[in-house]
Parts: sequence; structure tokens; C-alpha cells
Amino acid sequence: MVPTEYYVLLSTVLFTIGVIGVLTRRSALVVFMSVELMLNSANLALVAFSRQWNHVDGQILTFFVITVAAAEVAVGLALLVGIFRTRRTTNVDEVNTMRG
Amino acid sequence: MEFQIPQTDFTTIGPPLVLSVWATALLLIDLFIANKRTTAILALVGLAAGAAVALPFYGQTPRVSFEGMALLDDTAIAIDWILTLVTAITILFAMDYLKRQAIEMGEFYPVLLFTTSAMMMMAHGRNLIVLFISLEWLSIGLYILAGFAYPRIRSQEAAMKYLLYGAFAAGFLIYGTALVYGVTGTVDMATIADQLRANQAMRTSPLLLVGLGLLLIGFGYKISMVPFHMWTPDVYEGSPTPVSAYMSAATKAAGFAALLRVVQIAFPVDVLPTWQIIVAILAALTMVIGNIAAVAQSNIKRMLAYSSIAHAGFILCALVAIGEPGAVQSYLYYILAYALTNLGAFAVVIALEQAGEERFDIADLAGIGWRQPLLGAAMAVFMLSLAGVPPLAGFFAKWLVFQVAYQAGFWWLALIGLLSSVVSAFYYLRIIVNMYMRERSEPVPSFTTAPLLLGVGVAALLVVVQGFLTNPVLTLVGQTVAAGR
Repeated sequence: MVPTEYYVLLSTVLFTIGVIGVLTRRSALVVFMSVELMLNSANLALVAFSRQWNHVDGQILTFFVITVAAAEVAVGLALLVGIFRTRRTTNVDEVNTMRG
Repeated sequence: MEFQIPQTDFTTIGPPLVLSVWATALLLIDLFIANKRTTAILALVGLAAGAAVALPFYGQTPRVSFEGMALLDDTAIAIDWILTLVTAITILFAMDYLKRQAIEMGEFYPVLLFTTSAMMMMAHGRNLIVLFISLEWLSIGLYILAGFAYPRIRSQEAAMKYLLYGAFAAGFLIYGTALVYGVTGTVDMATIADQLRANQAMRTSPLLLVGLGLLLIGFGYKISMVPFHMWTPDVYEGSPTPVSAYMSAATKAAGFAALLRVVQIAFPVDVLPTWQIIVAILAALTMVIGNIAAVAQSNIKRMLAYSSIAHAGFILCALVAIGEPGAVQSYLYYILAYALTNLGAFAVVIALEQAGEERFDIADLAGIGWRQPLLGAAMAVFMLSLAGVPPLAGFFAKWLVFQVAYQAGFWWLALIGLLSSVVSAFYYLRIIVNMYMRERSEPVPSFTTAPLLLGVGVAALLVVVQGFLTNPVLTLVGQTVAAGR
């Protein structure tokens, strides 16, 4: 059996990649994908811990996370389509009219 | 094999349940309603029903159901009622605003009710799963509301920024939850505390501390705690103004309710004191940066956004001292005072905002105190209360909060709070000066309608009453504390 630590380590790596992606990429779509990576790294950790503790709490939480992520992306893509219609861009730096 | 259906006590989630069901029905009913004002009134009826459901349980012993996931105690009921009040006033603000801005769609009100329902669940949750889902649920509602003025680019931008920051924060929150679950083996908050109390190794586990830190970041975004506050001014500026008002009051109240649950039930100070000093430092930063940045703003909406950041810092002072007697009382007292005041303060912006044109500059307020006497007087009350002038609610709120922080040994925090609230008086009074002592050759037209004035009037009245009746209000939420333990 693969020890839990390995999974946790992998999930930490994925989480970090996700965070870096959100902070450095400028296309809103890629930012969404990076956020998905963050959520899925949490899912991996939850499932691994769930196996370690030998009960299903973590696995159930994983289903909720998947559902929530889908709902969030649905709203996010709708917004993105709206922004693209008016601005012809999905670059988050160009959609920045407010400062201060 | 025999299945046993678990005993479920639906009253533990009474108010949010009523709101959700009502909102679902309203979404369908709205299809047959031509006059959207009727939808708004139906939404108000639903709110009243939701608030009434909790009434018989106020002051009773706390009830727990759904396998320990949902909790109904006086703190939850108090938060439910604060949220009901805030949402009702928001609906009054929105009625004519949406029409004037030509964005009147019936869906606004059901989405608002869904969001409020989610916010209430934050106070009812006794499990990290419930907190996570409610937080996401309310966020998704708010993304839609922030982008409600669809073709307007600022509104879209606000919604997109809020969504990106919100989703980012959700990632931290869920990863924090995963780590806490990994260390303690449970997502039930009461069990987490039991585990930590019994097990020394768990308390010092670095994974647990990292997890707690990530949870704090996740909630920190929602309550716009420095350094996770960057989204606040942009989102408040771009969103439709009633939505900004709602976000500043209700989201904060809900976020603070959830934070209170987390530190009260899952990580009590006597078990895990580590978070206390971190939150204290962040609270000090939040107060200082919020107040100083607010001074530099010429846009009223941005100024109110920074002011809401600063007030989050003041509320955090009470959270730091949460182990002290009376701390929860002053916490809830401050949330109520802050929610009413900040909500009301946005009304004057709504009155100035015309279709297609945005008048958010402080100079645009010139002379409005004389042309709109009621609105001007209410705005003056809100500004004085936010600045902390006695005998208004804001004064007593600050006083109580600094007092508990001092009692808990955080005298430096109370001192920083005091000094930064002196700074804050400058920009609040500047609004009053602009309203009454400046004139303009061509004053900016303002629109007030009966619902708007009603909403402002109720908020202003409650701010004054809460100040004068500080002790009764404290006793009201005081029973809360005794029962909530």
C-alpha cells in the first residue's frame, strides 16, 4: 500500500502549481484551470486521508467539492462569455478599468 | 438488514430552509408576474416567514441535528435576524434602483434569498463540510448579483474579479479543511476540539497549524482582512450599488459568524492559543491599512469599501479576545451596529446614481443634505456612528470591542484601534461637511423613492436605538452566549 505521506506530498505539489498558476497566468480561462487544480489537489488529500482514517467523511466531502467546482465554473464561464462579447478579450489585465 | 432512518430535526435549519424553499418557488412564480415590484414584496414576505420560524426557539436550549452537522442556538438565531434585516433593507434599496438602471429582472430577488439562506447556514453549521458548502453557495450567488448590471463593463469586471479571488480563496479553504481532517480524522468541529484536547501530538502537528492558517486565509478573503482585501474596493465600486451594500453588510456578518464558530467550537483558545497572536497582528494591520487607504479615496463607494475593511479589523479585535467574558456579546453587537450602518451609508450613493451615469465622487454630495433632508440626516447619523461618536451604536460597539481586547491583554491592539479610529473620523466627517457646507452651482440630481427612504429610515432609527439601548441589546445577545456554550 502506498503510504499516505506520498499522496499528501503529491497534493501539496499540485496545490502549489495551482497557486502559482493563478498568480502568474493572465488568461481568465487558465486561471480557472489553475483553481480547479487547487480544488482537485484538496480532493486528493481528502481521499488519501479518508483511506488512512478508514472512514468515508473525506470521500463525501470530495463529492461536494466536485459539485461546487462545477457550479462555480458554470457561473465563471458565463461571465467570461459576457466579458468577451463586450471587450473581445479574456485577459484579466485588460479587464481592469478600476484602480486605487 | 435493517435500515434506520436517522431522526432529523428540521427546525435546526428552519430559517435558511424556509428561505431556500421560498426562493425556489419564487423563481417559478416570478415567470407569471409582470410587475417585478410584486416579486420584491413576495421576497420580503418570505424573509419575514424565515425570521418568524426561529422565534419559538430563541432563548431555548441549543438543538443539534443532521448527525451533528446543524446547530440552532441563540447566536445562530441572532445572526439569522441580522441577515434578515439586512436583506429586507437591500430589497427596499433595489426595488427602484433596478428599474432606473434598466436591469430589472425578477431573478434578482430569488438569488438574493438563496444567498441569504447560504449566509444563514454559515451560522448554523457545526461541521467544516457545511461551512465550505455554505461559503461557496453564498459566493456563487454573489458572483451573479455582482454581475447583474450585465452590459455594464464595470459590473462584469467586478463579478469576474470577485469570482477569481473567491475561487482562489475557496481553494485555500478546502485545502485547509483537508489538512485539519488529515490530522484530527474528523470534520465535525466539536470532535476536532475534543481530539485536540486529548492529544498533545495533534496540537503541535505542523500540518494542523498549516491547515488552520489556510482556513484563516479562506475566511480572511470573505471578511476582507488585510492582506486578503485587495478585491474589496474594485468589487464594491463595480457592482450594482444595492449589491455592494448587501455584500458589505451581509457577507461580512456571515463570514464573521463562521469564523466565530470555527474558533469557538473547533479551536478554542484554551486548546490552541497559537492563532490568537496571528489574528491580533492581522487585525491591527487591517485597521491601520483600511483607515489610511480610506482617507485617500475620492470615490464614495471605494471609501465605504475601505471603511468596511477597517471595521473588519475592529470586529477581529473582539475575535482575538474571544475567551474573555463578554467578548462574544461585543462581537455580535459590533456586527449588528456595523451591518446596519454600512448598509445605510450606501443609500446616498443609490440616490445619486442615475441611469447610465455614475456619480460616486464625494464632491457630488455637495448640498445634498439640504435638498434631501431625510436622506442627508440619515447619512449624517451613519457617518457619525461609523466614526464612533456617542451615543450612537458605533461608539458603544468600538468601546466594547477595545475593552475586551484590553482585558485579554492585547492593550496594544486596543491602542492601535483607538488611534486608527481617530484617523477614520477625518474621512467620515468630510462626507458630512460636503453634504451640508458645500454648494454647487449645478447640483447633481438625486432620486429618492418611498422604499429607499423607508429602508434608510429603518436603518438610521435602529442605529440610534441600538446606541441608546446598549444594555438591553447586550442582554439579548448575552443569553446567546450562555446558551451557546
